[in-house]
Order: sequence, then structure tokens, then C-alpha cells
Amino acid sequence: MDFELSGEQQMLRDNVARLMKERYDFETRKAYQKEPAGFSDSLWREYAELGLLGAPFAEEDGGYGGGAVETMIVMEEFGKALALEPYLETVVLCGALIRHAASAEQRADLIGRIAAGDLRLSFAQMEPQSGYDLSDVGVTARRDGDAFVLDGAKGLVINGDSAGGLIVSARVAGGRRDRKGVGLFLVDGEAPGVSRRGYPTQDARRAAEISFANVRVEPQNVLGSPEDGAPAIERAVDETIAALSAEAVGAMSEALAMTVEYLKTRKQFGVTIGSFQALQHRASDMVVALEQARSMMFFATMSAGEDDADERAKAISAAKVQIGRSAKFIGEQAVQMHGGIAMTYEYKVGHLFKRLTMIDAAYGDADLHVRRLGDRGSLFV
Amino acid sequence: MDLQPSEDELAFRNEVRAFVRASLPASIREKSVAGRRLAKDDYVRWTRILAEKGWSVPHWPVEWGGTGWGPVKQSIFLDEVQRGNAPEAIAFGVSMVGPVIYTFGSQAQKERFLPRIADLSDWWCQGFSEPGAGSDLASLRTSARRDGDSWVISGQKTWTTMAQYADWIFVLARTNPQGKKQEGISFFLVDMKTPGVTVRPIQTIDGGHEVNEVFFDDVRVPLDAIVGEENKGWDYAKFLLTNERNGIARVGISKARLDRVRELAAISVYGSGPKMDDPFFRAKLASVEVELKALEMTQMRVISNLRKDGRPDPASSVLKIKGSEIQQATTELLMEVVGPYVLPYEDPEALTNEPPAGPDWAGPAAPNYFNYRKVTIYGGSNEIQRGIIAKAILGL
Ligand SMILES: Cc1cc2nc3c(=O)[nH]c(=O)nc-3n(C[C@H](O)[C@H](O)[C@H](O)COP(=O)(O)OP(=O)(O)OC[C@H]3O[C@@H](n4cnc5c(N)ncnc54)[C@H](O)[C@@H]3O)c2cc1C
Repeated sequence: MDFELSGEQQMLRDNVARLMKERYDFETRKAYQKEPAGFSDSLWREYAELGLLGAPFAEEDGGYGGGAVETMIVMEEFGKALALEPYLETVVLCGALIRHAASAEQRADLIGRIAAGDLRLSFAQMEPQSGYDLSDVGVTARRDGDAFVLDGAKGLVINGDSAGGLIVSARVAGGRRDRKGVGLFLVDGEAPGVSRRGYPTQDARRAAEISFANVRVEPQNVLGSPEDGAPAIERAVDETIAALSAEAVGAMSEALAMTVEYLKTRKQFGVTIGSFQALQHRASDMVVALEQARSMMFFATMSAGEDDADERAKAISAAKVQIGRSAKFIGEQAVQMHGGIAMTYEYKVGHLFKRLTMIDAAYGDADLHVRRLGDRGSLFV
Repeated sequence: MDLQPSEDELAFRNEVRAFVRASLPASIREKSVAGRRLAKDDYVRWTRILAEKGWSVPHWPVEWGGTGWGPVKQSIFLDEVQRGNAPEAIAFGVSMVGPVIYTFGSQAQKERFLPRIADLSDWWCQGFSEPGAGSDLASLRTSARRDGDSWVISGQKTWTTMAQYADWIFVLARTNPQGKKQEGISFFLVDMKTPGVTVRPIQTIDGGHEVNEVFFDDVRVPLDAIVGEENKGWDYAKFLLTNERNGIARVGISKARLDRVRELAAISVYGSGPKMDDPFFRAKLASVEVELKALEMTQMRVISNLRKDGRPDPASSVLKIKGSEIQQATTELLMEVVGPYVLPYEDPEALTNEPPAGPDWAGPAAPNYFNYRKVTIYGGSNEIQRGIIAKAILGL
């Protein structure tokens, strides 16, 4: 095992860190948030120029041949800056669906456009009733000759209001919660029959409720087997959780750094509050929580490419548990140790805390994953 | 020792419960249950209903509108009002400045202010904290100097809760820069309409507007705006903060929120059944209930041992720590019950009729969790409370 980054990876980290430092201070972020899509269009172009948007794709598909480690590096830096752009949705999540389900022809078309910054995608997967059950799919895909026709409602589609394209999970066969019978369909965001209602989210991003009425999908826009999309979906979500772990670690390390800085400067009772042992020990516990989370980020990253679905799912659940627990502790304590100032919307710490809270909720919180893991058996086989 | 509640106490509990049920306007109750913000009018309306019944300031001396109830009855009253989802009394008036005025104020101040606090004709806010003076309140720098027949106040207060609604503010200001910092502070009553008082909103992380900055720019108030003696304000503030901490366990509020958790857990269905069918969740809920029961008993013990000398009981720090932690735990349970639809954000200040993205009960869960981080920060942070326990209870 070697935790050292290669020269190229180090360069990637430095590049992203520099871009975030120059273009993503907290005040500038407030302006990005007010843009129509809720993030910065011009930064998206810069991500493309830096090669970030094509990073995890194979070179023969038009990407730059990176993998889970490159994604981890990018996401950790994004986490520190609370970057708003839909990198996770487009590149990581939809990127994984494309890598695992799409044909060579589809990959050549889509990945090139993603890498160039011309196409942003969201995965329309959750439904109002589905909770975090990936197999719970009520949207139907009815065969009509070679094509399919989609009907039904999706919910909580992150950045679904601005995405150029939507990858929609829809049921071709079987009962509502059957793992079998679900396909993946690529739909233009503006296609006839698609209606999107966008709204802001608790963590200053955007999401959408999307309904599909008689939406026609031509055969070239069906990704993979329309009857058996579940393995690709599960795998893509596992990779996404690994990437989210890195984002969370970035946000946690930033929350800790801000807290330590505050402990060193805020004075009460004539001394810096960092001189109080009660706070020193709490900050030390935050370090412990962060390091445990960072380790599980690595574990998730190394397991993201695991082909054995069961082993991969166990590893990912384990990481999600640790990330959720550490995020809660670090987020809450960062607020507590700042006192009143952390309760203000103006100040970054509260936003890190809120993002961490929503990362825990995404794809099932720590409690849900600890149950899943308990059901699957030991991590130490 | 008689651990059973008396017949009289039981009857009283039923009486209060029936009263709240019958008198609390449904629109207010619904907002409270849902965890949505109440408007100023909601507070005023409910306070008037209580005042009519003679119950708006039960703990005050009878001559100023109090009920003469002993501490146990008062606590039963508070518990029932809270559990019944009635608005909380605006503590700044009835629990803070009111008792300071009837204990240390002049006869003229009592007559002028107390009746108007009791029916919420005057809304008060608390001008203690400053940017540089939070936990270390005594280091405050807002100053008041005498100039002819006025005091002139200059400085800045912050985190002033609901100052946007307030008619009056009570202010700690330094009247003597020399000597020990606790000894040069006085306690002032200031009309918010006085020239030179400016209120600037602070938005909190949940998006709401409940706190403010309040600026005093050479604010001229009459000599009788001071309470009690000059330079004795710190003593009055300590007296006041003890009163603040007594109500802070908020057992009834946590009970009401757990009622809500149970209600929603029965209808929040993802996958095969309602949240309440999940044994892991039920165990978590039960654990919080155990803590709350213990806190309720602790509160009863503290109340029945109230010190006769009126000095602060360090056990109130136990109530503050546990009470605030439990309140936070209840907001976490609610988020878990709501599930994925905690994510959409509804602007609490916006007046829109757009239906929410998820179930209509989902919206307030995350903002309330975020907002409730405040309860371990204000009212003497939990770190400060632990310090008090270490010193005053353990003698460390
Ligand atoms: C929502 C909200 C509403 C409020 N409403 C009002 C109001 O209406 N009127 C008013 O006057 N004030 C109000 N306050 C202010 C509140 O009382 C202060 O926030 C509180 O006293 C803490 O002060 P601070 O925020 O400056 O934090 P600091 O005192 O700077 O504390 C920062 C951190 O250091 C810790 N700390 C400080 N001293 C010690 C120590 N000796 N040992 C160990 N740890 C320590 C604290 O616990 C905290 O974790 C409100 C605050 C909030 C958040």
C-alpha cells in the first residue's frame, strides 16, 4: 500500500487547489450561487480546460485515463471550497453510468461532450416514494416499436433543473421494487413531455422535481440493457458515495482548520479561547474523527473499482457510516466552538456544517448504512 | 418523601391541559406543531388569552399579576403549555427584565412597565452580548455617560433576539471604566424608538431572521432609565441569568417534539412500511425519551429544593446542559423521520403559496436542526455550564 500521490496526481491536486484559492473564496461563491443555474458557468469551462471533466474516463472514450484516485483528489478540494458546480452529478455519477452501461458509440459521443464542458447531466433516479432504495422505480418505460415511452415522476434530482440531459431510471418490467426490469434512458432536459420544477436546497445547491409525460426515447438513447440496469446503477452510486466521502473529508478539514484558526484568535476572559483545555480536547477529538474519516475515504476509493458487488457494497456502506459520524461530530463542534458567529448565514462554517449534514443524508445516512452492513456480515473476511 | 403527585397537582395538570386545548387558536397550534415560525401577532394573541385568565406571568408577585402558585405548580403549568404547543412566553419580558424590575426597580418603573409586560403591550429584547463580549459578558464595552439630565449610551450589541419586534431593550452598559470590570456596569431600560438606536438584521444559517445587531449612537435617555443603583448592573444581570437558566430545560417542548416525531413516523413511508416499524429507529426514539424522563425528574428535584436564599442553584446548569442536548436530539430524530425530503429549502421569510417539493411536513425539519445548534451556545454555553458545575458543585 502506498498513500503517496504520484507526480501527476500531485500536480492535479495543486492545480485544483490553486483554482479554488483564486476563484472560490466564500464571498465569490455567494455570487456563483446567484447565477441562474445556481453555480458558475465560467468555472465549468475552466474545469474543462484543466482536464477535470474528462479525468475519470478512458482515453479511448475521449477522457484522460484517470480513476477513483483522481476523482478523490478533485472532490476533496471541491469540498474545502464548497464548490457548487455539478461535478459529482455529471462527471462522477452520470459518468459512471455511462462508463458501465453505455455502448462504445454512446461513450464516444457523450464523454467527449462532457470532457469539453458542453454537456451537463443529472441522474433522475429517486422518486417521491422511493427513499434510498435504488430498486424502487415507479417511472415506467413502455416499449413502442424500437423506442420507449416514459411516464411518471422523479424527485430530488440534483441540478436537474439546469442539466442539459437527464439519465432516467425507468421500469420496463416487474413490480415497483423489483431489482430486475429497470433500464437507463437518456433524455434531453427540454424534450417534449418533460416538466421540471427547480428549487434551492438546504446546502445552497439546486434540485428539481421532474415529471415525464409520454416522453419518447429513441433506441440510440437507451443505455445498456433496458431490463437490467441495476448493476450499473448500484455501481455508479457506490462510486458516487466514494467521491462524496472525499468531498466530505475536504469540508471537514476546512471546518477544522477554520475552528483551529478561530481558537487561536478569539479572545474571551483576556485569553484566546484555544487556551481552554476543554476546547483543546474537543479540537483534538475532531482531529481523530477527521483522520478516521480520511482513512475510510481511502478505503472507499480503493474499493470503488471492486468488481465483487457484495464486497464493494460492504466497503462503501462502511465508509458512509464513518463519514456520516465524523461529519456530524466535526460539523456540530465547529459550530459550537465558534459560538454565535457560526450561526450566521454570512459565515462559511455554518455552510460547511449544512453541506456535511446533507452529505450524510444523501444515499442513506450513517444509521441506514450501518444496518445494511450489519445485514451483509463482517468486513473482515 | 412522597414521590406521588398530589391529588391537587393532578387536578391542576388536567385543568391547565383542558384550558390550553380549549383556548389555543388552531392556526397557532398548527404552526407550532409543524415547527414553523410564529408571527409577532401569534405571540401577542396567545399572551392576551393567558392574561385574561390571569396566567400570563404566573411566577410574578401576586400584586403584579402573579398567581401565587408554588414552584411545583408553576412547573406543571409550563410543562402543559409547552406540550400543548402553545407559543412560549417571550422570556425577555416575563422572565428577565420583569423580575429585575419588580425586585430592583423603582415604584414608578414597576407601575409603568410591569402591566405592559404582562399582556405583551411592550415587547422587550435583551441587549447584553457584544461582538467582543459573549461568554465573557463582563468585558462589554457599550458605555453610558451622564450628561446633565440624561444618560448618553454608545456602543453595539449583537445577537439581539427579535429586536425587530421590540418596543424596549434592556441594556448593560459601562458607567465606570475604572476598577474591576464587573463593578462598573449599569442596567438601562431603553425605548427602541429613541433617536440613535439602529437595528440591523442578521440572517441565521437556517435562513431565518431572529437575531439582530443593535447600534447605539449617542442615544440620550432620561436619568430614570437606569434600574436600581449605578454600577450594580452586574448583580442584576446575574440574578436575571439565573432566571433565564431555570426555564431552559424546556422539558415540555421536547415532549411536544417527540409527539411530533411519533406522529410523523407513523405516516412517513419509504419502502415497505412506516418509519415507526423500524426497530432501530424505535430504539433511538426510546433512548431520547429515557433521557427526557430523567431530566423531567431532575427538574422536579431542583424545583422542590429551590434555595431559600434566592442564590443560583448550580444544578440549573445540569438542566441547561441536558435540556439543550435533548432538544437537539429531538430535531435530529425529526430529520431522520422526514428522510430524503429534508433537502429542499423553503425560504422562511418568503410569502408564497407554492406547494413544497416534498410532503408539507418535511420543510421545517432541517432548518430546525440547524437553528437548534444555538441552544448549546446561548444562555451561557454548555462549556460555560460545565465550568460552573466544576467550580460550584465540585469545588475544583
Ligand atoms: C441564536 C442566538 C440568540 C441569542 N440571543 C441573544 C439575545 O437576545 N441577547 C443577548 O444579549 N445575547 C444573545 N445571544 C448571545 C449568546 O448569549 C452568546 O452567543 C453566548 O454568550 C456565547 O458568546 P459568543 O457567541 O461570543 O461565543 P464565545 O464566548 O466567543 O465562545 C466561543 C466558544 O468558546 C467557548 N468558551 C468561551 N469561554 C470558555 C471557557 N472559559 N471555557 C471553555 N470554553 C469557553 C464557548 O463555549 C464557545 O464554544 C444569542 C446567541 C445566539 C446564537
